[in-house]
This record gives sequence, structure tokens and C-alpha cells, in this order.
Amino acid sequence: MTLRMHMLRNTWAGPFNASIEAAQCLCVTGASGSGKSVLLRMLADMDPAEGELSLAGIDRRAMSASTWRQRVMLVPAQAGWWATTVQEHFAEATMTNARPLADRLRLPSDIFERQVLRLSSGERQRLALIRALVTRPTALLLDEPTASLDQDSVAAVESLLAEELARGLILVLVTHDAAQAARMGQQTLHIAGGKAVAA
Amino acid sequence: MKTILLQPLDLSIAASLVIVDIGLSIALRLRLHRQIALAAARMVVQLVMIGYVLKFVFALDSPIATSVIVMLMVLVAAREVAARPDRSLIHGQNYLIGLVSVAGAATLASVFALITAIRPDPWFDPHYAIPLVGIILGSVLNAGSIALDGVLGGMEAAQPGIEARLMLGHSYWAAMASLIRGSIRRGMLPIINQMSAAGIITLPGIMTGQILAGLDPIEAVKYQILLMFLLSGASGLVAVAVAYAAAWRLTDHRQRLRLDHLR
Repeated sequence: MTLRMHMLRNTWAGPFNASIEAAQCLCVTGASGSGKSVLLRMLADMDPAEGELSLAGIDRRAMSASTWRQRVMLVPAQAGWWATTVQEHFAEATMTNARPLADRLRLPSDIFERQVLRLSSGERQRLALIRALVTRPTALLLDEPTASLDQDSVAAVESLLAEELARGLILVLVTHDAAQAARMGQQTLHIAGGKAVAA
Repeated sequence: MKTILLQPLDLSIAASLVIVDIGLSIALRLRLHRQIALAAARMVVQLVMIGYVLKFVFALDSPIATSVIVMLMVLVAAREVAARPDRSLIHGQNYLIGLVSVAGAATLASVFALITAIRPDPWFDPHYAIPLVGIILGSVLNAGSIALDGVLGGMEAAQPGIEARLMLGHSYWAAMASLIRGSIRRGMLPIINQMSAAGIITLPGIMTGQILAGLDPIEAVKYQILLMFLLSGASGLVAVAVAYAAAWRLTDHRQRLRLDHLR
């Protein structure tokens, strides 16, 4: 399994070239507004982009957009919610997997019954990660997944991600934290002014 | 009962009530007298003009003249539907959506009524066709502009939730369903209110007009019931058409949410 991008670009950022193997993590670093989130949106096919993008050798155009996004799943920095309670955002069948994950990420046990509006930003961030993980994507694109978390929760998220990586997940991780990039990533892509630069 | 025709003198006496309004505005310093006078004058000029236009078209009794008038009315209504929302689609697509849905819904409802229920001879008799299209357009305009604003204006608040669903691999139409449904429901509310209030809270204008013009109240009621059914049908059609068309213009072949199609 490989997520490969070749000359991936749009008006705001690129071109980007990289290929990430199963069980590998690409860390994307760079200043705010440099184009890191644009890259993730292009990878999830959420914004129009030119260039090649393929998963396991299959071009994104050869799959429906929904299939591509189920396999290459984006969790943005501010994930959206469309229903009132947390539970409504999870398919029935995924709940048995979601509850232990919430426990691992130090979320209260009644979190799924709560209203989204009443959650803290850190709770939302972890729940968005769980929401994506339980659907078992091949590649996960995370935009600063630990930005609003305390030390212990950061460690919990990192250990969960390390475990998923060991099971073969492809991970693209946008982070501001150089130490996190060093801990998690086998490759680093540094972006400045929308362009990839040598780190 | 015979129709009581109004004389110019009768209208002048009624106009004295506007003078009372103006007097009140001056006395109470409401600073409304200019506006009242202007609005009253505009109303008189516009209505007299449309009266003569209708008289002329009725006298011509030509299908071409009738359809020209109907098309003009549809164009104005479509423009209103398109111009109402804060946000609009690029390349004037608001106007296209407004025109197609307004023309479609109004034509369907009026032709349906003219050939099945009212059945004038010929079916496009301007005495029936023009007022009927006018009433239907009023309702269609309301429903269409509210539904269009629901999708385009509601997009900003709905965007994070819609994109979250797309990112999880849900289809575009599944992700948009709740915004579309909400917009259609809002578009349909005015006609639902109108129907449930009719006769108790309000006496509908058409019915009142016909009763004043000497028609038997039961006959007037029958006309009003027919109209309400037509209006609800046309409102539903236009709200559905407008909401789905706007949603369709906000995506592309890769089921993305294309907010760059909005301005």
C-alpha cells in the first residue's frame, strides 16, 4: 500500500511530490498559512488539484470521490459536526469500537451522549479522530490533531497513532511541534509560501 | 346583486384618508408625509397603467399579446427570486435557476388550472390567464426566494458539517440533505400559513374582491379554494426545484462542496 503524489498542485500550493508506504508517517511542517491544510485538502480530493494522486497504484480518478475519501480520510483542525449529540455522528456498528477508543484518549465515559455544542475544543478534536479511525481508512490525514490537548492527552493520541501505524496505517500529520514530527515521522515535508522546501 | 361601479369622485373621497395620514405625520413629526404621498401616487399611477394594459390586452384577445405579458411577469418574478439571497452563484446562475424554476412551476400550475378546472374558451383567454398567472407568481416568488436563500445564505453555517460528512466519504447529496430539506420546508411555510389562516384570521384578497364585485360568497369561496391548491402546488414545485438546482450548482463531478461557485 502506497499513497503517492506527483506534481500535486493548485492555485495556492504545490507542486508536491511524495510517496508514503503503509505503516509510515509523513510529517508536514511550516508556518501558518504556508499551504499545509491546502495540501491535505488536495490529498482528500476536497479541492480541485492537478497532478497525479494514487493509492496502492490506483489513480484517484479511477475511484468514486466517496470511495477515495473513505480510504484517504481527512480530519481537519476544526472538524465539523452536523447533528446535535455526539452519538449521531457515529454509525451504529462503529460504536463498539468507538467507546474503548474514547476511554483510551481520556474522554469521559458519557461523552457520546453529550451535545456537540457543550464539548471543549480538545474533546471535539479527539472525537473527530475517533470518528475517522473507526471507519478504518487506509490513509489518515491529520491537521494538528493535538493542538488543543494537554500533555497526557497528547501522549495518549500519539500512542494510539503509533499503534495504528504498526497495523499498517498510512499517516500524513501536519504539526507545528518539531519534537512531535521527530517522534512520529519517517519523512518530513517542509512547506513555505505554498512550496515544498528542503528542511 | 349588481356590481357597484366606483366613480372618480368616490376615489377622491377615499383619498382624503391619505391626507389624514399626511396630516398626522406632520402633527406627530413622523417625517413620513413625503413617503406616504409618494407611495400613494406611485400606487395610483402603477395600477391605472396596469389597468389600461390589461384592458388593451383583453381587447386584443390575441394569444401572442397574452404570452408576451405572461413572459414579462415571469421575468420580473424570476429576477426577484434571484436577487433576494445575500449570496449568489457566479455567472448569473441565480437568474437561470430563478427563471427555469419560476417559469416551470407557474406554467405547470396555470395551464393545469386552465385546462382542468376553470376551462375558459379559449383556454388562454387573457381574462383568466393573466390574473391567474399573477397570483401564482406572487406565491412562487415567495417560496422560491426563501428556498434559494435557505441554500445559498445557509451555506456559511452549514459548511463545516457538510464538509465533515464529505471527508468521511458520505455522498454529496447525503451531506446536503438536511440543508436542502430545511430550505424547502422554509419555502413552503408561507403557503401553509396562508392556507391554515384562510377564512379565520384573514379573508383572502381574491375572495374579498369577488364578493365586493357581486359574486355569490360560495362561488367566491370555491375560486379561493382552487387558488389555494394551485398556490400550494406551485410553491412546492418551485421550492424543490430551486433548492436542488442551487445545491447542484455548488458541487462538481468529484462531489466537492464548491464554495468558489458562490460570491
